[in-house]
Amino acid sequence: MNQARTNPLNTAAMHGALILYTLIALFPVFVILINSFKTRKAIFREPLAMPDADSFSMIGYQTVMKQGDFFLYFQNSMIVTVASLFFVLLFGAMAAFALAEYRFKGNTLMGLYLALGIMIPIRIGTVAILEMMVATGLVNSLWALILVYTAQGLPLAVFILSEFMRQVSDDLKNAGRIDGLSEYTIFFKLVLPLVRPAMATVAVFNMIPIWNDLWFPLILAPAEETKTLTLGSQVFIGQFVTDWNAVLSALSMAILPVLVLYVIFSRQLIRGITSGAVK
Amino acid sequence: MTALTLTNVNKSFGNVHVLKDINIEIEDGEFVVFVGPSGCGKSTLLRVIAGLEDASSGEICIGDDVVNMIPPSKRGLAMVFQSYALYPHLNVRKNMSLALKQEKQPKDVIDARVAEASRMLNLDDYLDRFPSELSGGQRQRVAIGRAIVRQPRLFLFDEPLSNLDAALRMNTRIEIAELHSQLGATMIYVTHDQTEAMTLADKIVVLRDGRVEQVGSPMELYNNPANQFVAGFLGSPAMNFLPASLLQDGDARTMGVRPEDLFVTEDGVLEAHVSHVEKLGGDTNVIARVGDRQITARLFGQHDVADGQPIRFGFDPDNAYYFDKDGARVL
Repeated sequence: MNQARTNPLNTAAMHGALILYTLIALFPVFVILINSFKTRKAIFREPLAMPDADSFSMIGYQTVMKQGDFFLYFQNSMIVTVASLFFVLLFGAMAAFALAEYRFKGNTLMGLYLALGIMIPIRIGTVAILEMMVATGLVNSLWALILVYTAQGLPLAVFILSEFMRQVSDDLKNAGRIDGLSEYTIFFKLVLPLVRPAMATVAVFNMIPIWNDLWFPLILAPAEETKTLTLGSQVFIGQFVTDWNAVLSALSMAILPVLVLYVIFSRQLIRGITSGAVK
Repeated sequence: MTALTLTNVNKSFGNVHVLKDINIEIEDGEFVVFVGPSGCGKSTLLRVIAGLEDASSGEICIGDDVVNMIPPSKRGLAMVFQSYALYPHLNVRKNMSLALKQEKQPKDVIDARVAEASRMLNLDDYLDRFPSELSGGQRQRVAIGRAIVRQPRLFLFDEPLSNLDAALRMNTRIEIAELHSQLGATMIYVTHDQTEAMTLADKIVVLRDGRVEQVGSPMELYNNPANQFVAGFLGSPAMNFLPASLLQDGDARTMGVRPEDLFVTEDGVLEAHVSHVEKLGGDTNVIARVGDRQITARLFGQHDVADGQPIRFGFDPDNAYYFDKDGARVL
């Protein structure tokens, strides 16, 4: 193990593979970014060229700013993603704790029922969901999206988190009980910090599909004031004419916040792993 | 006064009957050790006393109060766990004071008790450290300190020394014994290690398969075991068991002789072949075969015994124990 790690040839091969993978993964992002700063003609003539004095143009960004309320879309996407993640993590962790910690009748059955959602895509129920949202008057509100995304994320969250909760030492929870901590304090103060890496994993898994989703915003909240970023960008994609400058600029800007969220959560992930190792 | 009384306590997990009709009475200030092989229910019994598990039936009294329906934190007890179970997000001082804060004790009382406990356990230099910055022995001392500050009616120890290395285990064992004499508190201690049981206990409760096999002081159990299980469990190396027919024709009983009661002699009744010798300096353990049975003799001092050599062991018949075919002691 140690020898393999210090062998320069191995190190080079490892880094080579990782760098190659990074390049492949980042290439589309890079192409989007450079083309968002080019004129329409330059995009089509030389899609891989860097913007130079001739081809440089901010026209895409100007269109995006003029067309619709882009910052509102941005804000909507942010609210929906953050709120959904919050509820998925909160309720997912609570359900997982109950399933992992307490012996009650139907415990296993309940766990299976909750895990069933992983296998059934929520979009199958779109019509029923729409009817429900109409009946409750939630259509064209951000709550409609938050509720749907929370439901969508919960099964996997419960499944992953309950597995991790089972690994938290019983002694620790029992020590808390003997010291007079309430079950809520034990959950929030003792157990949650110890499963933080798992929480970060669940957050990352859920965040990107929610941020990128077009389906539910289009169906449940297409109104101007509740449009999300993905839906807002669609105005530039027409059936016959697509404003590529605007689309690429909108996408470039849409990458940023999700990147920031990812960096926050992945930090947690790394910190969780190292702090667990020394016990 | 009795500190703890268990009356007909039973505990089942589904169809598995873990504790069967446990009756135990523990006096104030006693150091009681529950000992038994793994899976005998000793930890479950401790958890039932602590209130972390509910008894399926039976009555648990701490002092004069029936505590069956009282939550763990209100039972006036403190527990030390095998894995220490320190709160990872709190420093040593806060780990120790948390329970008192939950009881809404005034701040000066909390500070005084933490200072007292940390003085007793030499933890003064570590009060501001976090559990992850402490060694195993220090963590165990913090866990004990966390129990002391509560001034409980009952201390519960759940295999507290199992995670420590051998040298530290002996030191901590002595510290716990000193602690008991200083505090004069009632302590219940669970272990599978018979040395810990013998050295610490005022009273040993030997458990097997969820039943109490025998209760008594260490020397009572050593000198006068009620059955073959207790005789074999206490004492190290373990008692040798041989069919009594080996010595007396037609005798259906099993005979037990402790390794320390065997001696080498020319006209010994046990004819054996040495299979292995352990020289410990102070003692020499001779492992030998009598027919198809293996026996161990503990000889004091240093002896020159070679592997494979024939050897004859003798013993004083007064030191032999006899058991019937169900393992019960017969005279």
